[in-house]
Amino acid sequence: MNRLKEKFGAGAVLQALAAPALALVAAFVLSSVVIAATGEDPFHAFYVMIDFGSKSDSQVWIINKAIPYYLSAAAVAIGFRMNLFNIGVDGQYRVAAFFAAVVGGAFALPGVVQIPLIILVAMAVGALWAGIAGVLKTTRGVSEVITTIMLNSIAGSLIGYFLSEDKLAVKDGNLFHTPTIPEAARFFLIPTDPDPIYGTVVIAAVIGLAYWFVLGRTRFGFDLRAVGRSESAASASGVSVRRMVVTSMLLSGAVAGLVGMPTLLNKSFNYGTDFPTGVGFTGIAIALLGRNHPIGMALAALLWGFLERTGIQLEFEGYKQEIVGVMQGIIVLCVVIAYEIVRRVVLRRQQREVGAELSARAGAGAEQDETEQKAGATA
Amino acid sequence: MSSESSGSSSAPSGAGPGPGLPGSAVELRGITKRFPGVVANRDIDISVARGTVHALVGENGAGKSTLMKILYGMQRPDEGTIGIDGEDVVLHSPADAIARGIGMVHQHFMLADNLTVLENTVLGAEKLHGIGAGARRKIAELSDAYQLGIRPDALVEELGVADRQRVEILKALYRGARTLILDEPTAVLVPQEVDALFDNLRELKSEGLTVVFISHKLGEVLSVADAITVIRRGTTVASVTPRETSPKQLAELMVGSELPTAETRESTVTDTPMLHVDGLRLAATDSDGVERAVLDGISFTIHKGEVLGVAGVEGNGQAELVEAIMGMSDPDGGTVTLDGRDISHAPTRVRRESGIGYIPEDRHRHGLLLEAPLWENRILGHVTEKPNTNGPLLGIPGAPRLLALGDARADSERIVAEYDVRTPGIEVTAASLSGGNQQKFIVGREMSHHPKLLIAAHPTRGVDVGAQAQIWDQIRTARREGLAVLLISADLDELIGLSDTLRVMYRGRLVADADPANVTPEELGSAMTGAATGHLEHQEETTGAAAEDIPQNASANDDTNGGVK
Repeated sequence: MNRLKEKFGAGAVLQALAAPALALVAAFVLSSVVIAATGEDPFHAFYVMIDFGSKSDSQVWIINKAIPYYLSAAAVAIGFRMNLFNIGVDGQYRVAAFFAAVVGGAFALPGVVQIPLIILVAMAVGALWAGIAGVLKTTRGVSEVITTIMLNSIAGSLIGYFLSEDKLAVKDGNLFHTPTIPEAARFFLIPTDPDPIYGTVVIAAVIGLAYWFVLGRTRFGFDLRAVGRSESAASASGVSVRRMVVTSMLLSGAVAGLVGMPTLLNKSFNYGTDFPTGVGFTGIAIALLGRNHPIGMALAALLWGFLERTGIQLEFEGYKQEIVGVMQGIIVLCVVIAYEIVRRVVLRRQQREVGAELSARAGAGAEQDETEQKAGATA
Repeated sequence: MSSESSGSSSAPSGAGPGPGLPGSAVELRGITKRFPGVVANRDIDISVARGTVHALVGENGAGKSTLMKILYGMQRPDEGTIGIDGEDVVLHSPADAIARGIGMVHQHFMLADNLTVLENTVLGAEKLHGIGAGARRKIAELSDAYQLGIRPDALVEELGVADRQRVEILKALYRGARTLILDEPTAVLVPQEVDALFDNLRELKSEGLTVVFISHKLGEVLSVADAITVIRRGTTVASVTPRETSPKQLAELMVGSELPTAETRESTVTDTPMLHVDGLRLAATDSDGVERAVLDGISFTIHKGEVLGVAGVEGNGQAELVEAIMGMSDPDGGTVTLDGRDISHAPTRVRRESGIGYIPEDRHRHGLLLEAPLWENRILGHVTEKPNTNGPLLGIPGAPRLLALGDARADSERIVAEYDVRTPGIEVTAASLSGGNQQKFIVGREMSHHPKLLIAAHPTRGVDVGAQAQIWDQIRTARREGLAVLLISADLDELIGLSDTLRVMYRGRLVADADPANVTPEELGSAMTGAATGHLEHQEETTGAAAEDIPQNASANDDTNGGVK
């Protein structure tokens, strides 16, 4: 028994290491081929990326970039774990950040009150926006993929409507933005050289920890994962699938609401027409890349930041601008395919070992039967 | 025990000589198949004479279906040869097998519901006789020749199970099959339909066709087969003819040891009601938008220590009844009372916590998380109960409740040991276990919470004989300790053997009741088709007014009552 368990343990380790290694090598080779096909030297490109990406200002840039990516991935992953595809993180975080910015700009309370207030408003608005999709799915059977995409579009229009001078915004040059959040209500910075790291990295760490704990260690998390693995089995086990759909959409939306916080509380301090968009979609890629795993997604978010940072430098070196996008696509595909291949190999190995165990016992049993029968015949 | 085939030397009576050469239609020699997760086929030797019905018997999981998949080209053997009409062949795909005159009727029918019989028949074989008048003529010809009674323009969705099966046979014949493989054809039929099928098979045989018939129902096998090959643990253990064997001998060959029996005769029924269902009604809207009652006026009481068996052809409301009692669907009327507490509209989790154990009909859909490790499956359905759960986080009331992963793991180990679940460990996924072992694990899990009421839907379906005996034992033991059991099964012998009270379900109603002590499967069968209602009185001579044809295997069935499945 123990020996077998060790083997399966080794199998798990193999799966954990083999898949990323396989994906990395494949992505490296394919990217090289693509760069070479554009008539450039791939090895010089990789040299430029590593050289530039490891500079200390690049490191800070990458970490700061990775914070919203990680939060966005966590929001998507909550849906994935329960077999829901929340494509609407993008709309959720923008609406959330907008109203959080409005609230933040409207008050001048002490920081200890106002910062949590801003964060809570963001989470509540994000949850509400995602919850619409959850309620529509459970009451009317509308696919969350459709509703969240449409809510993204509605979110854009809603923000556009309020983001004008006679509504909730102020005019600043050519830009409109919400009133700026007062100094007291800004998030702290971690003083690093040459640039500081956003203090909101703490929020990302807390969310990662909570994600791991709630999903893996609580009854609620078990129910949620059960629904994700088999809706029918979960329902027979006593989980209310409808309620779970709404709850997980609310949770996913609440985390999505945090995606805009690093920008809002550490960088821009208001929501303007130049507020970053599209982070919700990046989150989908990062959740896929990180296999919905809290640490995997952190690494994936950093890798994404690294690629974006070094992509800028590649352009200066005369490489095509699109090469980074191509590489990002290649990496996601390679990871998804590599994990699937390794999963199948491991599953087959496991089945073979179960089968071997059974036929060994069956063989022994058959011999035993025969001797029993002979004994019975002579008796 | 010799694993050598006798080569079916005994010429079966009544078998007309085939139009081709006399001798073997199919000859399998030394077939070995290693297969991940499943017991391998080892050194299988079978010789099927032309123009005979050859039965392949063996308990579930013995390797019958795998063998037939090899013969039908769906799987390649690792070793051994396949001979068809005296010629060694290599079959790469079912198309190869069809080209060589082999046809297969699968256990699960492969028909498109929204097409007609004609369309289903020509689908994929359009080149043979076109799709119009030629095809229609050929179908009529085949239907007449073998008395299949085919209506080419009927929609398949309007056909009953027996008719669909005949369409499957027609499909194979239409493609030129001279050897037909039928995989457990009687599993879905009531006894009267089985007789009709056997008449068809005799018709096919008299026209010189060869039938390979997979079954584990010995009475049926003895009544229709000319030759019988017994498979046990993946290898052939005997080849016999029906005349030289008895159901008991066959069963012992299959199992290799003494027979389990579903018989429970000492009554443990008390007069304390445990589950009381009164006037239960559930309506559903069908595909035409018409609302109809899938459950109507269902009333019964199960007492402590009582097993109530519900017989019925599948799809007559049994699944809905289970769902209504489990709380997975909300009844439109009536009450469900468990141990004096009204749970008619309580959520599933509350019902499970208040003592309902559930062995679902479809364990893959309702009983397991296939991709999760075994120990997580230990938690499924009992996440709020000990030993799977601890108190709230840091002991704060209202905080999220935590899983007790260590205790759940330890208890999984216990279930694996106590219920003889054959697995290398609790970290493997549930999917990598065989069906019988999955079921043993589910039974162990449900019994570990000492239920007041056990809902067992087809508890031994797809389970090998050893596990079956064990599961029956578990149910009997728990019943002695005062468990109330709602048993739903398609296996009439199991129902008659285990139940204290029997009800028959037909079109959403409980139409008949019977005393398991003296009712026969045939009598139950006629009530299952709606032909008999009320209290089924056993009639010694006539065996029920509705049963037009008393099968020859009735006496054999009685012998093996509750025998081997």
